[in-house]
Amino acid sequence: MGMDKVDKLINSEYDLGFEIDIEEEKAPPGLSEETIKFISRKKNEPQWMLDLRLKAYHAWLKMEEPHWAKVTYPPIDYQAISYWAAPKKALESLDEVDPEILKAYEKLGIPLEEQKALAGVAVDAVLDSVSVKTTFVEELAKLGIIFCSISEAIRDYPDLIKKYMFSVVPMTDNFFAALNSAVFSDGTFVYIPKGVKCPMELSTYFRINAQNTGQFERTLIIADEGSYVSYNEGCSAPSRDENQLHAAVVELIAHKDAHINYSTIQNWYPGDIEGRGGIYNFVTKRGLCEGENSKITWTQVETGSLITWKYPSCILKGDNSVGEFYSVAITRLAQQADTGTKMIHIGKNTKSVIISKGISAQKGQNTYRGLVKIHESAEGAKNYSECDSLLIGDRCGAHTFPYLESKCAGAQVEHEATTSKISEEQLFYLRQRGISEEDAVSMIVHGFCKDVLSKLPMEFAVEAKALLDLTLEGAVG
Amino acid sequence: MTKKMEKMMEIKDLHAKIGEKEILKGINLDLFKGKVHAIMGPNGAGKSTLSKAIVGHPDVEITEGKIIYKGKDITHMEPEERALEGIFMAFQHPVEIPGVNNAYFLRTALNAKRKHLGLPPLNAAEFLRLLKEKIKELGMREEMIHRSLNEGFSGGEKKLNEILQMEILEPDFVILDEIDSGLDIDALKKVSEAINKMRTDDRTFMIITHYRKILDYIQPDYVHVLKDGKVLKTGGIEIVDALEKEGYKIFGEE
Repeated sequence: MGMDKVDKLINSEYDLGFEIDIEEEKAPPGLSEETIKFISRKKNEPQWMLDLRLKAYHAWLKMEEPHWAKVTYPPIDYQAISYWAAPKKALESLDEVDPEILKAYEKLGIPLEEQKALAGVAVDAVLDSVSVKTTFVEELAKLGIIFCSISEAIRDYPDLIKKYMFSVVPMTDNFFAALNSAVFSDGTFVYIPKGVKCPMELSTYFRINAQNTGQFERTLIIADEGSYVSYNEGCSAPSRDENQLHAAVVELIAHKDAHINYSTIQNWYPGDIEGRGGIYNFVTKRGLCEGENSKITWTQVETGSLITWKYPSCILKGDNSVGEFYSVAITRLAQQADTGTKMIHIGKNTKSVIISKGISAQKGQNTYRGLVKIHESAEGAKNYSECDSLLIGDRCGAHTFPYLESKCAGAQVEHEATTSKISEEQLFYLRQRGISEEDAVSMIVHGFCKDVLSKLPMEFAVEAKALLDLTLEGAVG
Repeated sequence: MTKKMEKMMEIKDLHAKIGEKEILKGINLDLFKGKVHAIMGPNGAGKSTLSKAIVGHPDVEITEGKIIYKGKDITHMEPEERALEGIFMAFQHPVEIPGVNNAYFLRTALNAKRKHLGLPPLNAAEFLRLLKEKIKELGMREEMIHRSLNEGFSGGEKKLNEILQMEILEPDFVILDEIDSGLDIDALKKVSEAINKMRTDDRTFMIITHYRKILDYIQPDYVHVLKDGKVLKTGGIEIVDALEKEGYKIFGEE
């Protein structure tokens, strides 16, 4: 961007003749250049980042909200949303964390200090857009691993950010990605240097806190040649009345021989049986298998949100690279999920595996939407897809939209899909053995999801199983 | 007989329907502690419906009458409660439950029962020891306990798996619903042996069958013939001989 343009942008602030007070803890509702400048200033960002944000904002203005997904919701008023909220005060250590917040974490079953002590998990807790605390950073730093908030990375590692941010998900990729690019609040940055196997699971917990504030997380993970990292993302939000917008972007880059495992447990507030108060979750997650023999694995357990629009994808550019997608999505109450993946085969002998398990109960609507695209160059490409749906009750629905585009004659593509109902006979069989109806349903659902749950890191799998049971409570009948 | 016969279950004037169709039309039956009762009868006589009524299958609606078990009215009890009280049915067609590990399922069932009896749960190691002992006795392949419940099991393996569950859960009242169907002679012998081993003075068996063969291996104390939703005839093994010769029509006039 030329200096004159930058000058113009800086000057335009004054033209508008109004400025949001930097001391404000929450931006007033509405989205304008002013809001974006406020966010950028709040975060002490360099000018180049602000310029990128503004560029994204102007692109977004010209874009239209997509409506091809099988979800329905009232129109979103982007001017009614506040795009920035900070915790009451900046915190230096865990001791300073608001006891109320710690209590909330404990209720969610994720006490920070216990995790630190017991699980050896490094935690970067994102609370309301600002990183509250990053732990284990020093230990990781000894290995050359960078694990910090994206805001810090913008300040401290501008070269890495400039090189990789928007490289997998361009800022104009889609409406929600563009919005995120303009207003992203915070998120996580991970860099694993060449040949380093990250010795611990990296975790970040996102939690929506301030009322009526959109959450725009941005995550960037780079695994350099021959490295390995496993990253766990877990979300939970307390109940509230207004619909909340969440539009995150996650970019992963795996270089030659690198492997990234990205696991998600998502249990944002789903709203009530009429859908009131649930969260709108429009997420763009994409990984680039840049180098030969690289591998990216997405594993997700999606139980929350009123609306889910999410397709963690892999671009298999490097020869022999592998993309995997394992998903359990549960919709109950009035939840609607349109989720799946895209596997783009470009390199030779690239392989992808898709295993999707959708569970619907009550009025839940669950859609699998997946694209397997095999370019001409992808000789020897292979894909295996399996999409299974389980229905509980008769008011819910399951839909499957698998798309296949193959320009390579020798590619092997296999797709299997099943839809089944938890049958009376299965339930009765278990009950006849003295197992309660609730436990019987849980057992059948866990069995149905087994292939996916087994892909989660162990502690995360335990949490996911507990969450499944919690989610199914009262969802039967 | 010196000891007084003790009733394990009393079925009194039981009427039941499946959907709109009345199938049981006043069943009266006493089933005694420590005895083996065989239930025979032509197709549609109500044998399976009777067993479903006893275990509380949701398809069966009891419109009249009572089922008394161990002196307690269980007519409208939840199926899992009946199971915990010791009623077990070996299913004619055991259902497949994908992804549910056989051993895990069995341990859950056993521990539910132990909890009901006020006993501490068995941990995985203790349970595995018990399970391995039982499958060895039954001559089952060990890998079957690590597979998904009934998934991909052959007909014979499914039946053996039912017997395995019976042995683990040690019920007081056992219904064997056509356990012999689809079994070859070796499997039938194996299953019968296992059942005979389970025969005690405290346990009652109700064997539903179309065939005499299994009754040669498991000698019943009583044979009841069901027809058109009623008990037509009660007697000893001699009834089976008559049935073999003449078919069900010989009871038609009674």
